[in-house]
Amino acid sequence: MSMPKSTLLAALLFGALLSTALVAQETPHLGKPISEEQLQGWDLIVSPDGAGLPSGSGTASQGKEVYEQQCAACHGLEAQGGAGVPGLVGGSPTASPALLTVGSYWPFTSTLYDYVRRAMPPTAPKSLSDTQVYQVVAYILHLNGLVDEDLVIDSASLPKIEMPNHAGFIDRSQVQ
Amino acid sequence: MSEINNQNNKEVLEHAAANGLINRRHLLGLGLAGAGGLITNSVLAADSTRVEIPVWSKMPGRDPSPYGSPSSFASGYQRLAGEPSATLPGSGASRSPLHLLRGNITPNSLHFERHHAGIPAIDPAAHRLVIHGMVRQPLEFSYEDLLAYPMQSRIYFLECSGNSGANTAPSAGDSSAAAIHGLLSCAEWTGVSLATLLDEAGIAEGASWVTSTGADGASMGRSIPLNKALRDVFIALYQNGEPIRPEQGYPMRLFVPGWEGNVSVKWLTQIKLADGPANFRDETSKYTDLLVDGKALQFTYPMGVKSLITSPSGQMSLRRQGLNEVTGLAWSGSGAIARVEVSADGGRSWADAHLEGTGQDLALTRFRIPWLWEGGPAVLQSRATDSAGQVQPTRASAMAGFDPSSRYHFNGIQSWSVTALGEVKNVYA
Repeated sequence: MSMPKSTLLAALLFGALLSTALVAQETPHLGKPISEEQLQGWDLIVSPDGAGLPSGSGTASQGKEVYEQQCAACHGLEAQGGAGVPGLVGGSPTASPALLTVGSYWPFTSTLYDYVRRAMPPTAPKSLSDTQVYQVVAYILHLNGLVDEDLVIDSASLPKIEMPNHAGFIDRSQVQ
Repeated sequence: MSEINNQNNKEVLEHAAANGLINRRHLLGLGLAGAGGLITNSVLAADSTRVEIPVWSKMPGRDPSPYGSPSSFASGYQRLAGEPSATLPGSGASRSPLHLLRGNITPNSLHFERHHAGIPAIDPAAHRLVIHGMVRQPLEFSYEDLLAYPMQSRIYFLECSGNSGANTAPSAGDSSAAAIHGLLSCAEWTGVSLATLLDEAGIAEGASWVTSTGADGASMGRSIPLNKALRDVFIALYQNGEPIRPEQGYPMRLFVPGWEGNVSVKWLTQIKLADGPANFRDETSKYTDLLVDGKALQFTYPMGVKSLITSPSGQMSLRRQGLNEVTGLAWSGSGAIARVEVSADGGRSWADAHLEGTGQDLALTRFRIPWLWEGGPAVLQSRATDSAGQVQPTRASAMAGFDPSSRYHFNGIQSWSVTALGEVKNVYA
C-alpha cells in the first residue's frame, strides 16, 4: 500500500501518541501504603528457601497427637489415605500404577508447611497454631522416614530437608 | 415454508469428505440454521388444522422484574453439578452444559465452577487486595478503589486444566459433552490491568514471579512468571457486564488469558512479587503432568489447541435422517483458531468446517458444517488448528509419553460414534 509522506507521518505520530497514551495511562493512584510488618500472620506464603516460615518449632513425637486429633479421621491413622482422600506416605511416581504422595512426589518441605497452615483441616482451615503445624509437618515427614522423631523442625531446619522427588520436575514456565 | 427434498437436491450437494460431510458453503445455500438444524428428506404431510390465536396472546403477561430469569419452559439449561464432597467441604465442580448452548458466550449462571474449599461470602467493603513482596512500596486497594481505575473488556475462554481428563481413562465412559468437557466456558471479562497496579507499587529489581492467593477457606495460591503478568493479566471485576459471580471470585479474581484456569485465582486478596515460584500445593502435588519415566512437567500454563463437536454429542440421539448441522467449539491458549476440520469416518477423511466470526485470540470459536446422515454408522470428530500452527492431536498422541494416570492438560481429539439408530456415544477411535 502506498501513502503520501505527510499522511504517513501523521499516521506514525498518531500511532505514537496512541501507544504512549496506552502505556502511560493516567490512573487514580488509590493504593494505600502498607508495611510488611502489618502483613505478618496474614501473608501465609512459605517459599522453598524457607522465607515466610514463622517462629516456633515442633518434633514428630509432638506431632503424633496433633495428627491423630486433626488429620487421621480422613487421612487414616497410618496416613495411608481413604476414599477420596490422598495418602501422605509411601508410593512412587514410577510404580504401576503411580502413587503420588507427600513422601514420593512433593518436591519441597515448604509446600507441606504452607499447605497445612493455609488449608488444613478442611472443616476449620487456619485453626492450627504455627507450632502445631511444625509438629504435624514433622510427623508426616517422620512417617515417610525423612526425619527422626525428635528432630526439631523450625524455620532453619525445615528448608534443609531434601525431599526424595526434589529433582523430579521439569520447569515449563517459560513455554508460553 | 418450503421443504427441501433431498432426493432432488442430493446431486447438487457437494460432498467435502466421506460419509456425508457436505461443503460448508451449503450452510447458507440450504438455509440450514438454528437449533437442531435438521432438514427432513421428505415433504411433511400437510396439516389442515386451522391456526388459533394462543392463550398468551389474549391476556397481559407478567410484570417486569428487577433481575431476569430464564423461561420456565427452558428450565433444563442447567450446569452438571457433582456430588458434594464428604471429606473436603465445598470442594467440587459444576460443568457448563456445552451440548445445550449455542454461540460462543457462556451465560453467567451456566459458567463452570471449580472450588477447593467452597464459595466464600465476601463483603466487598471488608475485602482488600494487597500488593507486596518485591515492590518499592507495598500497597493495599479496596474494591471501591479498583472500581475507579481504567478498565479493559476482553472475551476469553476459561478452561480447567483437568477438563476432558475423563477421556484419558482406559475405557470410554458413556458421558455427555458437558460431563467430559464442561469445565470450559467463555465470557467477556472486564477489569483493571495488573501492570497498572504493579507500576503503582513499583516493581523491585530482581522480581520475576507473581504469586497470588485467594480469600477462600483454602487460600488457594498459584505462581505465574512476571513476563506473563505484565503482558495481558488483569483483575476481573465484571463478567458479561455484571459484577463477577461469587463462584467466579466475587468481588475480584485474577484473570490469566489462555492459561489453565487454576492460575486465575478467585477471591483475589494477595499479590506478592518474588524471585521464584512459591511452589504451592496446587502447582506441585496437583496440576503437574507425570511422564512415563516418573518425571513430571511443572507449570504447564497455556491450554492446548482443542475442539469438540457439541451437537450431535454423547447421549444425544439423531431422530431424523437427512441433513444435520454438526456444530461445536474450538479454542487455543496460544492464539486464535485458524481452522477446524470435521470427520464423519473416524478421522480417515476430513472437511473444513465454517468458522463463526473472525477468530478472536484466546476465545471460544463456534464451527459448523452440514452433514447428510442416511442412517449408517459414523464416527464424528473435529480437529482444530490455531494461529500458531499447532494442530490438535489424536487421543493417542496427546497421551504419548505421559503416565497413564495423567489427567491434566489433555487436548486429544473427541470421537462420537453414531449408531444406525442414531444413538450418539463417547468412544475412543
